[in-house]
Amino acid sequence: MTEQAWQQALLQRHGAELHRKFAAAEVAVCGLGGLGSHVAAALARAGVGTLHLVDFDTVELSNLHRQQYTISQLGMYKTDAVQQSLAEIAPYCRVIPHRIRLQTENLVLLKDCHIICECLDSSESKAMLVNGITAQAPEAYIVAASGMAGLHTSNTIQTRRLGRRLYLCGDGISDVAAEGTLFAPRVMLCAAHQANTVLRILAGQMEV
Amino acid sequence: MVRINGTPENVAGMTLLAYLTEHGYALRRIAVEYNGDILPPNAYGETFLQTGDQVEIVSFVGGG
Repeated sequence: MTEQAWQQALLQRHGAELHRKFAAAEVAVCGLGGLGSHVAAALARAGVGTLHLVDFDTVELSNLHRQQYTISQLGMYKTDAVQQSLAEIAPYCRVIPHRIRLQTENLVLLKDCHIICECLDSSESKAMLVNGITAQAPEAYIVAASGMAGLHTSNTIQTRRLGRRLYLCGDGISDVAAEGTLFAPRVMLCAAHQANTVLRILAGQMEV
Repeated sequence: MVRINGTPENVAGMTLLAYLTEHGYALRRIAVEYNGDILPPNAYGETFLQTGDQVEIVSFVGGG
């Protein structure tokens, strides 16, 4: 399959204008767990041109209940595993892996991104990214997630817009520390909210 | 009145840091949108809440 054939298939589905906007976009997926592994796949399928994949961790057996990995990827760095999967899904998506633990000091890595997806696990890391990114990428939009643990109804997972550049997906309250665990469908719902928000921003549809 | 998470509150004149502390927010787990922009945490102490301000305080919970 050639890149031209792949681009043509996307163009037929999305139309020239949207395809151009998606293809020109540079989006970061920070954290490749239950949220990020699904967000990355959805954005690659839609034809987002450049994806930064950020995670320091490796694929473990305990990840498979909700994350987009396979048995053959156990032990791989998540950045490598997602890159491998995206090569099968969207081979001409430009992938830039960053095998690091995000901290305020290295957020400069994301300075060229148009949209930053916060797909991290701990509440402190989420706050660190949202609070720190504006100094490095003042024009970027942030699509964060908070509250998707437990086996609650699907219908409380929502997307809110807070201010000019911050979008927040999730139910806002279901903490994994209190709920005990996460389940694939509800995490995927939240990831889908994030990915859909990214595409809507790229399309110029800024309201939720 | 200052609108905080959608509710009008009579806290004009107070610093944001004092408000957050008084209400028991865990500073390492929050982000604050102040009149439409994310406020850097090191500005909380010097930000005096004024009548008409719109403040959204996000308390992140874990999971991802």
